[in-house]
Amino acid sequence: MLAIIDYGVGNLFSLVSSLNKIDVEAVVTSDPEVIENADRLILPGVGAFGDASQKLYESGLDTVIKNAVKKGTPLMGICLGMQLLFEKSCEYGEHKGLGLIKGKVIGMEGTIPEGLRIPHIGWNALKFHKESPIFKYINEGDCVYFVHSYYGVDCNDSLIATTDYGKEITAAVGKGNIYGCQFHPEKSGSVGLKILKAFSEV
Amino acid sequence: MITKRIIPCLDVKDGRVVKGVNFDNLNDVSSPVELGKYYSDCGADELVFYDITASSDGRRLFTDILKEVAQNIFIPLTVGGGINTIEDFDRVLKCGADKVSVNSGAIKNPDLINEAAQKYGNQCVVISADVKRVDGEFRVFAKGGREDTGKEAIAWIRECVSRGAGEVVVNSIDTDGVKKGFDLEMLKAVRKAVKVPVIASGGAGSKEDFVTLFKEIPDMDAGLAASIFHFGTVKISDLKETLKQNDIVVRSI
Repeated sequence: MLAIIDYGVGNLFSLVSSLNKIDVEAVVTSDPEVIENADRLILPGVGAFGDASQKLYESGLDTVIKNAVKKGTPLMGICLGMQLLFEKSCEYGEHKGLGLIKGKVIGMEGTIPEGLRIPHIGWNALKFHKESPIFKYINEGDCVYFVHSYYGVDCNDSLIATTDYGKEITAAVGKGNIYGCQFHPEKSGSVGLKILKAFSEV
Repeated sequence: MITKRIIPCLDVKDGRVVKGVNFDNLNDVSSPVELGKYYSDCGADELVFYDITASSDGRRLFTDILKEVAQNIFIPLTVGGGINTIEDFDRVLKCGADKVSVNSGAIKNPDLINEAAQKYGNQCVVISADVKRVDGEFRVFAKGGREDTGKEAIAWIRECVSRGAGEVVVNSIDTDGVKKGFDLEMLKAVRKAVKVPVIASGGAGSKEDFVTLFKEIPDMDAGLAASIFHFGTVKISDLKETLKQNDIVVRSI
């Protein structure tokens, strides 16, 4: 059973639909026991980092997630859920993340070439930096769907894919059983479904 | 580099897609679910569902069908038509829409944009403007293009963006249905006025019209059309191939 961690941010409709589509049994939950016993976890999220991380800490789910990861449960963060894996974010002040991936989250404003629209919205191509099991069914150059104004940096050896938006922007990270996608696999057509499928098999 | 988006728009009335649609491999040409899947599979980058129902029964039916559409397509979905309150945003977002397009609802109550942007984020709020030339200026029309609001279009669109709209659809009433190409003059004016993504609508009659759009206005983000896709005059896969041959970056499937 795959557990989608529900901590009160974002619309999980599409994520559930896409997992159903690829025959992955998924449950949306905030129950620590269900999360502990799940064989895979997805940490979703849209909205602001500070608000979302606060909700994780207040509910105690941060500890539950960290324990599950320590036990070896595969975890995938999506969009803001990926950013939460980092050590910290500079979105409206400085906020502490889960620290599962080295690096921090910074804004596009002033750090990408001028003239590019923020947020970065739309289909953009993936450039692979490292082999990863979540890419086993897709190819370099495949397009995925992004919606974000902040992005992860300094993640060094955890960086598995980037996308070109005036400069190379972190698109996906991976370290052991921890994965993160800045884009939305559940909105990225067949390429996205293949990434979710691959994650369901790691 | 971000790709140019190609977006088919489906008008739905009482749960059925209006305008006869002519496709092979489709059993039910007016089923929003079947058509949604078809477009999603053949390379559309996004879908727009527009509810043109007038009755409340029809609206409930639309909501049910929307849910089924959203369960079956895995590309971004924008929903418009009959969006007048924050509850309307809530209703369609819960059914799986990613973005909500407002038109007359925002003209009646511009604060709706601020409220929705604050609650759901700018990326979620699309302002759709029906624009026509009147007395030498661009004028915004309401009620499906029937009513002149007296508002100057560029100023109105700027206002919507400053209120929080994250994307603009510009539908030129002057070129709509004429099939002789997009309204480049109007689109250029809007493109210059705002920083958020702009989607061109109204007038596409051939693949070449999309090439011209993206060549003439390189920072235009997307092209939207309805009947030429529905009638099969332009196939999305062919269109993307043509765009690629013209060095316009698009997503392949």
